[in-house]
Amino acid sequence: MSEGLIKKRKIKLNTAYISIYATVGLFLVLFIGGSILYSGFFSLQVFSNLFIDNAYLIVIAIGETFTILTAGIDLSVGAMIAFVSMITASLLKDGVNPFLVIIIVLIVGIIFGTVQGVLIQKFNLHPWIVTLAGMFFARGASYLISINTITIDNYIFSSISRFRIPIAPGTFTSINVIISLLVVVSAIYLLKYTRFGRTIYAIGGSENSAMLMGLPVAKTKILVYTFSGFCSALGGLLFTIYTLSGYGLHCNGTEMDAIAACVIGGILLTGGFGYAIGPLFGVLTTGIIQSLIMFNGTLNSWWTKIAVGMLLFIFIVLQRVIVIRNERKFVKQ
Amino acid sequence: MQREVNKVEEKNENSILKRFYKSSIFWPLVCLILLLIFNLIINPGFLNIKIKSGHLFGDLIDILNHSVPLMLISLGMTIVIATQGIDISVGSIIAISACVSATILASSGSVIMAIIAGIVVGVICGMWNGMLVSFIGVQPMVGTLILYIVGRGVAQLITGGQILTFTNKSFIFIGTGYIVVPFAVYIAIACVLLIYFIMRKTALGLFVESIGVNSTASRYSGINAKKIIFSLYVICGILAGIAGIIICSNIKSADANNAGLWMELDAILATVIGGTSMNGGRFYLGGTVVGALFIQTLTTTVYSMGVAPEVILVVKALVVIAVCLLQSPNFRRIFIKKSKAVGSNYKVEKVAKV
Repeated sequence: MSEGLIKKRKIKLNTAYISIYATVGLFLVLFIGGSILYSGFFSLQVFSNLFIDNAYLIVIAIGETFTILTAGIDLSVGAMIAFVSMITASLLKDGVNPFLVIIIVLIVGIIFGTVQGVLIQKFNLHPWIVTLAGMFFARGASYLISINTITIDNYIFSSISRFRIPIAPGTFTSINVIISLLVVVSAIYLLKYTRFGRTIYAIGGSENSAMLMGLPVAKTKILVYTFSGFCSALGGLLFTIYTLSGYGLHCNGTEMDAIAACVIGGILLTGGFGYAIGPLFGVLTTGIIQSLIMFNGTLNSWWTKIAVGMLLFIFIVLQRVIVIRNERKFVKQ
Repeated sequence: MQREVNKVEEKNENSILKRFYKSSIFWPLVCLILLLIFNLIINPGFLNIKIKSGHLFGDLIDILNHSVPLMLISLGMTIVIATQGIDISVGSIIAISACVSATILASSGSVIMAIIAGIVVGVICGMWNGMLVSFIGVQPMVGTLILYIVGRGVAQLITGGQILTFTNKSFIFIGTGYIVVPFAVYIAIACVLLIYFIMRKTALGLFVESIGVNSTASRYSGINAKKIIFSLYVICGILAGIAGIIICSNIKSADANNAGLWMELDAILATVIGGTSMNGGRFYLGGTVVGALFIQTLTTTVYSMGVAPEVILVVKALVVIAVCLLQSPNFRRIFIKKSKAVGSNYKVEKVAKV
């Protein structure tokens, strides 16, 4: 009996991490493959650049993870980046203190997320529809500010953007990366060690059961969207610092990239299953595909989309296999 | 509000009005009419329809013409949403179908071949989605997400990143031609009637609703849900393919990046405004048609007001939230509670007077 229990636990651990193992394995294969094929690919800087180029995506993918874990979704993240970049750029142009701008922008993100959460929870609207409307609203609102690109020449922003942190000889990273990694670490902590995090998993597993258990479902669901709004505002700030410009068409379709990163990182879209570290690897994997295509030089950039789509397909089928296996095991028991 | 309704009910004993008020198409239609009246106030010549060389011209005809692609994909979206599904890849299918038919047209010059190719693309894309959703059992949103991402890449691959233009007159006729009213309108009418016939005059519509309400129960009652869901995605793909042909013929070019961009969102909006719930079950084809017309009218209104076209996104967002709130039972409960309170006060007053 006890032997059986131990066995079961072992198998369970395996299936829980199998998607992440697969992603990490794929990442390593791609990195090694790239290093063999292209000279100059195997360097710490290329690896570091993956983080530098995708810092904003990591942050918004973490926010997306929280919503997906409660079996919801946030489609407004890409548009929020554009909106935040526009607010930041226009406020800086008007000579507002940069630190004040950062605070304003983060508050805007929090309010935006909370409103979406309230609409979804209190009025029982479908997260798809609400965040879709949020996406429209954010994109449209950024055009209301201006239709043209606004460049940022603020001293503090550009010095943050240019600041290089040496991590090894000949290799550097940026402040953005540090911030995004901090977000990842705090997300792991939130999900694994706090009551809030475990409530999220419970809601994702079964909202009714969570409610019957007396968990604060309504509060948690609203907070999840608040967190996602905060993450997308922070991601927008990182993106603005990275590109030093505001434009209403920034990050068109990034919400899908974030969702793809979550799926590749082993977050089940039915909710309640997955780890916060997963999206990080998801982003890195899609990032390395992009660098591979860049190093190749002859392939067009649309191959990235096709490759990411195919990856998505493979991982979704993998997820299905895991779920079906678990169901069969459940039936057997 | 409630009081007014009561009055209407008291006054009109004939049940037609009552039935019309209760029918699902009532609110979308009211919204559409309000929008048209709003347009009439801004632009008094809005409803004018002129006859030039046997063809009808006017803002209304324009709206009708431009709403055709949206109407087609909204119909597909409606029947898919009725099974608790969703197809977010329709925009990408439009892009692929537009690019394929333009490429075939450029290489072979045959209009019929181009049209068939566009529809075949729709069938293949629909089969891919349907296979993922029904046979592999992936969630609809995720399953169609793949094609959403890959689709535009494939479309660009087909055209080599170029915008293909063409001058074939008979192909352009599909999107711009006139036989009293624009030719595309006939296509839309044909498709609407066909879908209506399939869904309401055969058992398929009932099957779809039963799958949407409870797929397990429908399986126990002997409905092959997998096959039906698969065929619905194929129908949705075909409609998107036709929409792709119309769009590319209307602008005389195939643009892999912009053909059908944001269309999937508009289609979802049209469906929701039409009264079909995102949770599946009952679906309303008439409501969807009105919803599509509503969205196109909204777009035209914003354009004609001289506001920057990008701002329409904000308007759409607010309208959608408002419509969804009106449909939400929770919101209605709060609303009705208040009006009921008012209503009972009214009765009390009446009694007191007596």
